[in-house]
Amino acid sequence: MATEWRDTGILLASRRHGESAAIAEVFTRAHGRHAGVIRGGASRRIAPILQPGAQLDVTWRARLDDHVGAFTVEPQRSRAATAMSGRLSLAGLNAVCALVQFSLPERDPSPEFYDRTEALLDLLGQDDVWPLAYLQWELALLEVTGFGLDLSACAATGTNEELIFVSPRSGRAVSRQGAGEWADRMLPLPRFMGLREAVTDQGIAEGYTMTGHFLNNRLAPALGNRPLPEARARFVTLFDRMRRD
Amino acid sequence: MSSNRDIDTLIDLMARLPGLGPRSARRAVLHLIRKRGLLLSPLADSIARVAATARECVNCGNVGTADVCDICTDETRANGEICVVEDVADLWAMERAGVFKGRYHVLGGTLSAMDAIGPEELRIPRLLDRIGEETVGEVILALNATIDGMTTAHYIADQLGDGIRLTSLAQGVPIGGELDYLDDGTISAALKARRVL
Repeated sequence: MATEWRDTGILLASRRHGESAAIAEVFTRAHGRHAGVIRGGASRRIAPILQPGAQLDVTWRARLDDHVGAFTVEPQRSRAATAMSGRLSLAGLNAVCALVQFSLPERDPSPEFYDRTEALLDLLGQDDVWPLAYLQWELALLEVTGFGLDLSACAATGTNEELIFVSPRSGRAVSRQGAGEWADRMLPLPRFMGLREAVTDQGIAEGYTMTGHFLNNRLAPALGNRPLPEARARFVTLFDRMRRD
Repeated sequence: MSSNRDIDTLIDLMARLPGLGPRSARRAVLHLIRKRGLLLSPLADSIARVAATARECVNCGNVGTADVCDICTDETRANGEICVVEDVADLWAMERAGVFKGRYHVLGGTLSAMDAIGPEELRIPRLLDRIGEETVGEVILALNATIDGMTTAHYIADQLGDGIRLTSLAQGVPIGGELDYLDDGTISAALKARRVL
């Protein structure tokens, strides 16, 4: 029995398939990460639309549900020009698309995380707020993949005062007092998260170290020990270099 | 089916070419057979010659019939400019325009997470070597205006550092283009790159 649905989605990647078609991977709101063939997707008319980050209205059709199926796409808005106008935006867009491809299972919808991703991509180009929004998005990614951090109270003492560490094992916040002699084994919790101080670039960089630890040591092993996409490391390195300059 | 095995083999091979299917391959082969002296024999000779000699230039990655291509050996083009392109087809497009008189470097693709193409798969190390070996004053990044193309351009820029003039092609309204038919991204890029008349 033929299957058909229509949804909104973010293009994660597309590659040429044969002479005129393309295989696209789209992160949709109600159907999760989904692949499909776009007939004529390599044409001069469609190919410029099929850039990562593009917001698309997609219709997916297949004879059977487990077939690859074919997409018909209607562009809603392109983010390519915004992304390409700045290094940080470009690196950020690549990191988001690569991490979604890497982390989320196919055809498993997560509408709330989709909404967060769409909101994050709509902030592209606003370099003053984007790095923080990206950090919060990575925390949400850990949450949706089952490796969420609990930063509400100290894992050892239960207090919510002076939370300055995160346990690299449990992913829970640890206070200065709770860390005791294990303080040097803890990951720093950004001060704007644990102590509610003002957001700084240094704090955001510490946040990337924290989320990077759990992406590398919790999420990646659970996905067959594949290495994290290089695009994430490139974004973090670029952010670090830009904040130092 | 032509009822002859050799001709069928030729049709099958022709049908694998880009832009041709079995039907158009049959027509092409029939045309070649009809123009045997004028077309088929010279084509066969030419194909045999190119098959025996075609290779990638060890210097720039262009396709030629010698180890070092004609552009790399042309002394008049040694003007200190290297134009970096993604593919040989892009190099040919630049040459068709006839406006660039320097030398080229063909990367052989762009960085792509989906296709698992990293910097090691491209000819970026050779580009860095060339910049050291040749007296290069400017590197022009003529990569496609796509996310992958720009990502590759930024990666190369990071590798080159600050010691060299690095430029990229402009983006905006094509010659003869009408605004009404342009996408939002192109209009936005064109507006950002506007210049005083």
